[in-house]
Amino acid sequence: MTTATRRRKPAAPYLMAAPAVLLFIAFFLIPIGYAIWLSLHAMRVRGRGFGVRTEVFVGLENYISAIGDSAMYEALVRMLAYGVIMVPVTMGLALSFALMLDVPKVGLKSFSRLAIFLPYAVPGVIASVLWGFTYLPAVSPVTRIFTEAGLPAPDFFGDVSIYFSIANIAIWGSVGFNMVVLYTALRAMPAEVYEAAKIDGASEWQIAWKIKIPLLAPALIMTSVFSLIGMLQVFSEPNTVKSMTNSITPDWVPLMRIYQQGFIENDIYLSAATSVLLALVTVLLSLAALAVFRFRARRSS
Amino acid sequence: MRRRSLLAASSAAMLLAACGNGDDEGGENGAAPAIEGDENAPANLVFWAWAENIQQVVDLWNTKNPTQKVQLSGQAASDELVSKFLTAVKAGNAPDVVQAEYQALPTLITNNALADLTSAIDDRTRSAFPEGTWNLTSFGGATYGIPQDVGPMMLFYREDIFTEMGFSVPKTWEEFGVLAKAVRQKDPKKYLTTFSPGDAGWLSGFAQQAGAKWWSNTDDAWTVAVNDEATKRMLSFWGGLVNSGDLLGDPMYTPQWNSQMSDGTIIAWPSAVWGAGVLTGVTPGLKGKWKAAPMPQWSASEQFTGFWGGSSTAVSTSSSQKAQAAKFAKWLNSDPEALAALAKIGLYPAASAGQTAEVLGNPPEIMSAQPDYYTTAAAIAKTARGFDSWGPNTNVTYGAFEDLLPTAVKNKTDFTAVADQVQNTSLEDLKKQGYQVA
Repeated sequence: MTTATRRRKPAAPYLMAAPAVLLFIAFFLIPIGYAIWLSLHAMRVRGRGFGVRTEVFVGLENYISAIGDSAMYEALVRMLAYGVIMVPVTMGLALSFALMLDVPKVGLKSFSRLAIFLPYAVPGVIASVLWGFTYLPAVSPVTRIFTEAGLPAPDFFGDVSIYFSIANIAIWGSVGFNMVVLYTALRAMPAEVYEAAKIDGASEWQIAWKIKIPLLAPALIMTSVFSLIGMLQVFSEPNTVKSMTNSITPDWVPLMRIYQQGFIENDIYLSAATSVLLALVTVLLSLAALAVFRFRARRSS
Repeated sequence: MRRRSLLAASSAAMLLAACGNGDDEGGENGAAPAIEGDENAPANLVFWAWAENIQQVVDLWNTKNPTQKVQLSGQAASDELVSKFLTAVKAGNAPDVVQAEYQALPTLITNNALADLTSAIDDRTRSAFPEGTWNLTSFGGATYGIPQDVGPMMLFYREDIFTEMGFSVPKTWEEFGVLAKAVRQKDPKKYLTTFSPGDAGWLSGFAQQAGAKWWSNTDDAWTVAVNDEATKRMLSFWGGLVNSGDLLGDPMYTPQWNSQMSDGTIIAWPSAVWGAGVLTGVTPGLKGKWKAAPMPQWSASEQFTGFWGGSSTAVSTSSSQKAQAAKFAKWLNSDPEALAALAKIGLYPAASAGQTAEVLGNPPEIMSAQPDYYTTAAAIAKTARGFDSWGPNTNVTYGAFEDLLPTAVKNKTDFTAVADQVQNTSLEDLKKQGYQVA
């Protein structure tokens, strides 16, 4: 009897956690499990002629082909080239905007904040179509301005410029979001710190460099990791612009390669294996980035 | 027994069904091993299609067949539909009827997703289509779809600009090449046309015209010839013109293409019969300025064209109402009223009776310079030849072309080398999947 009463625990916490746990299982664990299951199988044809495809267990065969896929490595290199532009520019602009908005006596604050944030509300595909217009020479207002001025117009789809063109779409869309996160963190800082700094004779520049940025470290780490993950997941911008130019192949970045395997070549099994690998890379990279940031933050404090 | 229990269940519904189907063929389901059941039994069918405004044709069916309702679900076309449909079959919630492009059929068949309709196709249905059209939906002696629309290719050109510049319509590809250079010399702002490298369906139409046979299946083993002589001749022709700058190499269907088609930068477009509908949307201000002519020929003495696009109506293996589904598919593509409705929404019906001027009516407004547009189109359609067969991995072949050809245009490299690479990719994939390869 006594053991039974001691064992009885209140049910409420479990009940309250249950919906979240169920959702987690339904929309997270099961799909991941299914993807792993798929990645270990493949369609193979039995019989002659047209034959009939049947699902068979192939072990790690899909992983071996995914690792040996040279197109994937080319896609990774292109993604890195894109990320080298996208991540620092996004973070730099977001931080600059947040610091500028935080300076006292700057007018039109809420308007500027909204204007910078607004592009975030535009879906990636629509933004890409929009920018596509600007990039296509025959319809581009930019090209028109250059030619009217008698200058050579920029080629937005060149071998190098294409990375800037695609990164630009993502930067335009994500600076606002990152800025809001950083700005909110700035607003949450105690005003006494600034007052003390001012009494000590610090200028706004010094306050920004010596006080605000170090205090922003946690928010900067978080937004940087988001941007890194955003880089790994780049898909809709190049995929939408692809139909407008010969410079973007259907396997331009890793997710496009996975899409191609799954939905153009109809091999969802290989596609699942590649996805699992990419997910692993994402997790490892995020952990590594966090570790580096934490280490540096600890050292500086 | 089955019939009686159904009658008992809803005799009124059955009566209605019988009335509604007065003008259709009677329940002619004889010894049918593949398609079982009563095609006149009440049904609720789900139909996946992407053709614009096809709801109008479905509505027509629903008014005439109150006990056999068809519910349309609009879907995206091509690869996306194929993946979605295959997934749905696997998940057990596939539609009963699906609009499937011809080149997608082999992929669907080998995935065991399409019902064999051979036994459901009676003589009347069979004779409603040109025999060649059945080749598009029949594989290994069995028919898996009712042909819906075809896209015989033809050459659209700006008649006003051709007249103004003193050009005549090229009869051969050689003349086409000469004209491409002439256009550049006369007006450096203009191009004869653009070669859009990312459209494998368009490319396969050119290959068909040149006489290519990309796939064949003899003794149950596959032969792939994506790099055959005809394809290479065709690719080297386009490659020469694009790489020398005589033609544009930009993709079509972009905002830029729309503007170039409208402002006279591009003055011709090799397309298919449904291209008139596209022109209406893209160049609304050019009514009566476009005309269509047969495709340029590889040899002045012959007359051939290829197919670009086109689709069929098929029944899924998982459907529990296959007989009724097959009946709807047959009606949709061969009934005179349905054909008229299909033509009205811009599809060029595959059925012979659907290609006459009476059904198709006046030419689309954009082609008003050519009152006999549909007569011309029908004559061109008769010269169309397709591949002997589509391959079981056409999607992989298409994907490889769409991957490599844009890069070849960008880097100005040899187009025929692309054909060799695509050939390797296609063959390797077939072997990997376990097909017998000759």
